[in-house]
Amino acid sequence: MLHPAQAALSVDAPLHWHARHLLDVDQLDRDEIVRCLDLAAEMRDVRKRGERLEHLSGELVGLAFAEPSTRTRVSFEIAATSLGAQVVDLPMAASSSTKGESLVDTLLTLQRTGITTLVLRHGASGAPYLAARTTGLRILNAGDGTHAHPTQALLDALTLRDALGGLEAAVVVIVGDIGHSRVARSDMLLLTRLGATVRLSGPPAWTAGFARAGVEVHLDLDDALDGADAVMALRVQLERNAAGGVPSLREYTARWGLDEGRMARARPGAPILHPGPTNEGVELTATLAAGPRSLIGRQVTNGVAVRMAVLSLLAH
Amino acid sequence: MARFGSIADDGATFVLEGCRVIDPVDGADAPRDLAVVQGRLASVDAAPSDAPRIDASGLVAAPAFCDLHTHLRQPGGEAAETIASGTRAAAHGGYATVCAMPNTDPPLDEPARVAWVQSCAADAAARVRVVAAATVGRAGERLTALGELADIGVVGVSDDGNGIGSARVARSVMGYLAPLGVPLIEHAEDPELAAGAPMRGGPTATRLGLAGWPASAELTMVERDIALAAETGARLHLTHLSTAAAVDAVRRAKARGLPVTCDVTPHHLALTAAWVAGDRRFAWDADDELPDPLDPQLAYDGSCRVNPPLPSRADALALLAGVADGTVDAIATDHAPHPPERKTVEFANAAPGMIGLETALPIGLAAVAAGKLELTRLLEALSMGPAGLIGEGRSLRHGEPADLVLFDPHGTWRITPDALASASSNTPLLGLELPGVIRLTVASGRVTYANEVAPLG
Repeated sequence: MLHPAQAALSVDAPLHWHARHLLDVDQLDRDEIVRCLDLAAEMRDVRKRGERLEHLSGELVGLAFAEPSTRTRVSFEIAATSLGAQVVDLPMAASSSTKGESLVDTLLTLQRTGITTLVLRHGASGAPYLAARTTGLRILNAGDGTHAHPTQALLDALTLRDALGGLEAAVVVIVGDIGHSRVARSDMLLLTRLGATVRLSGPPAWTAGFARAGVEVHLDLDDALDGADAVMALRVQLERNAAGGVPSLREYTARWGLDEGRMARARPGAPILHPGPTNEGVELTATLAAGPRSLIGRQVTNGVAVRMAVLSLLAH
Repeated sequence: MARFGSIADDGATFVLEGCRVIDPVDGADAPRDLAVVQGRLASVDAAPSDAPRIDASGLVAAPAFCDLHTHLRQPGGEAAETIASGTRAAAHGGYATVCAMPNTDPPLDEPARVAWVQSCAADAAARVRVVAAATVGRAGERLTALGELADIGVVGVSDDGNGIGSARVARSVMGYLAPLGVPLIEHAEDPELAAGAPMRGGPTATRLGLAGWPASAELTMVERDIALAAETGARLHLTHLSTAAAVDAVRRAKARGLPVTCDVTPHHLALTAAWVAGDRRFAWDADDELPDPLDPQLAYDGSCRVNPPLPSRADALALLAGVADGTVDAIATDHAPHPPERKTVEFANAAPGMIGLETALPIGLAAVAAGKLELTRLLEALSMGPAGLIGEGRSLRHGEPADLVLFDPHGTWRITPDALASASSNTPLLGLELPGVIRLTVASGRVTYANEVAPLG
């Protein structure tokens, strides 16, 4: 028997992906991406109507964040509880690494507690792949090192699709420290798979080596912005200046910071995204961040909806 | 059933009938019989009439192999390997000699510790020569007792696991070594340029979000050391070179007549950085495409973490060319056993290194089959090339103590933990089927390994 709230969803059946885990967006074909975004849009409406869903009732979802995170963790927590799951917050940094226990041992212990789905945030690139092959847990990658952040990419795609009407042939600029960004890596994979062109801009040390089919590198931000349909600024990790990425924040902002004047090169009204948290006055001006072009608030709302969609697609 | 023997056994007597004998010393490659009498190579006529006769048709006989770079892990790392298990792996791989590296715990930085390893190895399944540490504690600061170490027969000194970071210390080491004739065996890696980079820089590292180890990390130290060799006159042996640029530097140094030699590992000849992303094609079969999507069973596998990191395809092919043209003197395994708990971790935290003694010939034969190397040159780089560098160059001449390997070049075997004699099985080759089955290894006239060569084993 269908649950009444489930019956409210009109997304095409079958509602599932072929994959057991979500490790990165590279595992999703175009249809699976579209299905996820459609489902997320419906989930968003369901939440807006204040209805509850029970897709994950009986599931025990563990949130294992071995790196500090507020927004992604809270977003997953709300998404899972909104689907009727029980959610356990697992204080990874305090329990495992400090006692010298290996990641695999920690996860095997969690598995024995009855946790079925693990939302894993980890500082080491590839950690979710290790977790997926060494445990029986369903792994949902909530960001691994500088490798991937698939739910962020999906929420960015949903936000852009809403704003632009579609991503086929769209030109999306990503500006900042691409090299250290798991968001940029997953965004590039996903947006190009949906038919967009991605232009990257930033200091040489942060953008070298990324050019490939559908991805261009422009050291000059003005060139990248020329006629662009949307722009995403990445957070500049202030501590990385010392490591030689850029000589100073002043120089970074002068060359790669977004302001009203620069944005005039993009398509009129082109929206601005940012995965957060922002350094206003560094990556973009406060005026832009709070202005009508900014989709930063909508990204957060869409984050919950996308994570609800992903959790339910993986569970079925 | 296969059996292992020891270098303390009695000298063997047998006749191999109809094998293809390849002697890289004179380039001979012809089917003939080969006799060993009481451990020494002899003419077949000199063999006693009751000597065991082995049908060796279809098999190749060649000088036994010599490994310049082996981690036996004893003392301190017995969970990964011991002198006993590591030398059995050597015998199973066709090796009569291994050179034990000094980065044990404690390190082999004092004559007494070297002597202890030498005595432990008296009844091992291969001859064990010792490479001592170049600096105390391998800390790169104070010289070890280089003269005393030379007196007790170390074949080289090395801070392997690290390069000697300080140019000043490296210059002191080489200056003292020069009159002793003992080489500095350098692990060429600039510690600052390589810091925090668990894999080779390039498209795979970019895709996987792993910090990339730049080719300059190797080349800067290679060039520095070549300058120091020219200045001091010391012998310099650059181990496990992994870039075209470094091999080019050696090529130029040799052309200048400098006392510079080098080796490369089998894995740097055949495996590439793309293996970290789950690719399992050898360099000569690969293209620039990475696995898409990444395979959760193979991507970020700690068994592919090795230092220097697996090279680009272009570098691997350049290393092969370096072996083929003789710039590379030896293929050395850098056999580096680790227990599973050091490898089943986040990629960047995995202990660097893979085992190699038992898969060196198979990888080499795969390169031969792909047309990248002549068989005779492969066998030379595994045997006489390295042996010559440590003063062991034994050929197949009559009267010499027999150092001999007999193998089936076409027979294949699947690489599994059970099929390996090493106490560890950390290699990304697990599960692959490769050519080259060792049937007999003879070290100093003793049968150290025999497999289906009745009546020897």
